[in-house]
Amino acid sequence: MTVEDHEDQLRDGSQPPVPVDETSIEQSEVVGLSQSQIVRRRFVRHKAAMISLVVLTLIVLLAATSVGWGPIPGWWKYSHTDLVPSQAGVDGPTMSLRPTWLGGAGIRLGEHPFGLDNEAGKDMFAMTMRGVQTSLAVILVLGVISTTIGVVIGALSGYYGKWVDATLMRFTDIIIVIPLLVITGVAGFALNLSGIWPVALALGLFLWTGLARLVRAEFLALREREFVDAARVANAPDRRIIFKHILPNTVGTIVVSTTLLMGAGILIESALGFLGFGVRPPEVSLGTLVSDYQGAYSTRPWLFVWPGLFIIGIVLCIQFVGDGLRDAFDPRQKRIPKRKDLERDDLHRTKGETEAVNLTRPAGGRERT
Amino acid sequence: MAVYIVRRLIAAFFILVGASFLVYILMTQAGNPLGFTIAITNPTQRAAVVQQVTETLSLDVHPVQRYLNWLQRLLFEGDFGLVSQTQQPVWDELRLRVPLTLKLVSAATVMSVVVGISVGIVTALRQYSGFDYLVTFFTFVFFSLPVFWVAVILKSWGGINFNDWLRDGAHFSVAFIVAMSIVAAVIGSSFAGGQWGRKVVFGVLSAGAAAALLSWISSHQWMLDPGLGPIVYAIVAVAVAVGVVFVMAGWGNVRARNTALATAGVGIVSYFPLQRVFDWDMSLWTISGLAIIAVLVGVAIGYAMGGFDKGQSARTGALTAFLLSVVMFVDRAMQSWSEYSASSVIRNRPIKTIGDREDRLEGSFWVITNDTFGHLVLPTLALMLISLAAYTRYSRASMLEVLNQDYIRTARAKGLTNRTVVVRHAFRNALIPLATIVAFDISGIIGGAVITESVFEWEGMGRLFIDGLREFDPNRVMAFFVVTGIFAVVFNLLADITYAALDPRIRVGQ
Repeated sequence: MTVEDHEDQLRDGSQPPVPVDETSIEQSEVVGLSQSQIVRRRFVRHKAAMISLVVLTLIVLLAATSVGWGPIPGWWKYSHTDLVPSQAGVDGPTMSLRPTWLGGAGIRLGEHPFGLDNEAGKDMFAMTMRGVQTSLAVILVLGVISTTIGVVIGALSGYYGKWVDATLMRFTDIIIVIPLLVITGVAGFALNLSGIWPVALALGLFLWTGLARLVRAEFLALREREFVDAARVANAPDRRIIFKHILPNTVGTIVVSTTLLMGAGILIESALGFLGFGVRPPEVSLGTLVSDYQGAYSTRPWLFVWPGLFIIGIVLCIQFVGDGLRDAFDPRQKRIPKRKDLERDDLHRTKGETEAVNLTRPAGGRERT
Repeated sequence: MAVYIVRRLIAAFFILVGASFLVYILMTQAGNPLGFTIAITNPTQRAAVVQQVTETLSLDVHPVQRYLNWLQRLLFEGDFGLVSQTQQPVWDELRLRVPLTLKLVSAATVMSVVVGISVGIVTALRQYSGFDYLVTFFTFVFFSLPVFWVAVILKSWGGINFNDWLRDGAHFSVAFIVAMSIVAAVIGSSFAGGQWGRKVVFGVLSAGAAAALLSWISSHQWMLDPGLGPIVYAIVAVAVAVGVVFVMAGWGNVRARNTALATAGVGIVSYFPLQRVFDWDMSLWTISGLAIIAVLVGVAIGYAMGGFDKGQSARTGALTAFLLSVVMFVDRAMQSWSEYSASSVIRNRPIKTIGDREDRLEGSFWVITNDTFGHLVLPTLALMLISLAAYTRYSRASMLEVLNQDYIRTARAKGLTNRTVVVRHAFRNALIPLATIVAFDISGIIGGAVITESVFEWEGMGRLFIDGLREFDPNRVMAFFVVTGIFAVVFNLLADITYAALDPRIRVGQ
């Protein structure tokens, strides 16, 4: 039932004109829906998150298909390892988005859309795409690893309490106290492999602390609830209580914080790459590209700008998706009715009723304009 | 309380020991600190160097034993060990570097806290307005910025383009003035709120003001020789006084109004005498002393004119006096800008991108102040952008949370003015969670300044870590970790204590 339905009911007079506050408007929208349906609906309604999801998908598709992934060949003619013969005078980006009828060169990619590094003989488009692939692979792996560790540690320590909790939380404190750049940089060297995976592993092993604390807090609250008592009385084993009864209730927290963690992961990965402690040549990541070409910014900015723009684009999209997920999972989240809706609502009421309704609205919701 | 603090400190000590063990062991596994000796061609010399480094880092014993040795020396002798390749004490480097990092971080933190909280509060008060959406979008963008990328762009933009622009006469182009006026119009109109008419009026007014100001700055080449002068100073002083009264007490409060205006009057009258004082041999201490005197004068005026409400008038006077002394400080520093800029070592390129000061520069306190500003401005901007976004988000969320509380509704219901509700009931309570977040963040910023320091080539602690890790030298990496770790632990404790002190519902130690 929507707001309009409500108004129709009010208008045709079949029901007494009960004061409608936004709580009931909100509840009327989700009658008869399951939790996941509600979450999905809320998420789809979040415009910024949906746009970001589309953009992110496009970036992933572009990176995955253009230079190929693993043995699968891509449609772009160069790869990040190909040596391109240097061409005098054509190192600028050839991509053009301005159509010919506006005085531009027409919409085309050209030979080197993001420009060409003449000294190393590298095509920047292929390099950037490879960097995007690296960053995405790293955050996928680190997402899986740190979510697993964080959930297990948080769940154990929240559910069992006592010395398990004390031990695990002190361990978490130890990891938190070490600056992320220090621990991941040192661990990257200690793992002694220079590819993508050790960097992902090093990040995954140390980024779980926030998630563990959140999951622990949720478990502490949930294990006191009646349904857990009921399961315990029914002689359910701990494993079943943890996985079947409590964990599904913490999915919102886990999903949201994993998303944001992956966003932060890209920034840390590229920062490590920038300092020279992350992915090492011949592999490229967005961070190493920015680092390699930082000196070129004033003379050949395209070498430097594109990797940075992709970092911002990916992280921004992930942030917005995370924000949308947070709103979707938050049970307290109310869809705040627009002022217009409220005023239209008020038109159908007498003065006394409007004042009565206003009392149920959030404090300061109307006079602050 | 004392018991609680002691207990926390003991726990923190053991956490630091555990963490340092982890970092040390990982560090011993990271790589070979003797790798650099390959470059030494003379075999006997190489053997000597190898032996020396082995001894410095006690490479001949097991890593755990090595760690224990290191810990023992640190705890009982306060000895951070030697730098592996140069055999210099790490402490000598650390002592020089910590103040530099703190200088960088504190400037950025103070600025971003002040700006971030103000913007956050305004967006909360104008929730779901155009301004709110604009700011929210930009906070997301700032969150997503890789700091090293921004830093490199700032370096090029500030160090090359801006200095070139100054050299070319500091004229704004027409397009720039138009663009800035449009920006001012958007901000002004969304800031105003209310009906469309009001928004349009505010927008046009801000656009006009921006255009007039920028044209004046451009045509008078103000950026080459900035300064306020006594007349602008007097106008600013009155404006500051009026603004403070509006926020702190409300325009209707005659006593606070008189206090603020009297303070502004004293500030204006003392302008010329103070110019003489500023030419004496100044230092940071004397400047702070003058600021304190100014605040005391403000308090005294407030007490004298406060009538039955001395407290509020004193606060108004103190804040007015403090802001006026900041304005006067800036004005005096600006007067030395052209002297600084024209000096033979700066050669009219005042915005610097390398290091924290120009060693060869000689001059008065004010010239040195300008030099510090020229070096600080870009790295501070880079650091600010990111923490600014965080503080804006936090303070907006916290303010919204408070504004929806029942006591705010009560305050409004009993007829208090909007200003009283917002400033006194809402703002103060919104600051409580912010105090903890700020304390918590400071330790993180110190650790995060590594990248900014590396881009702007500051000889701060970040370099210690980077160089240490590149050369697989545990002593330097551990020194960096110990300092940041202590900061983290202390500020966490401070955060908890502040929370308990500010919010009577929270009791620590129970």
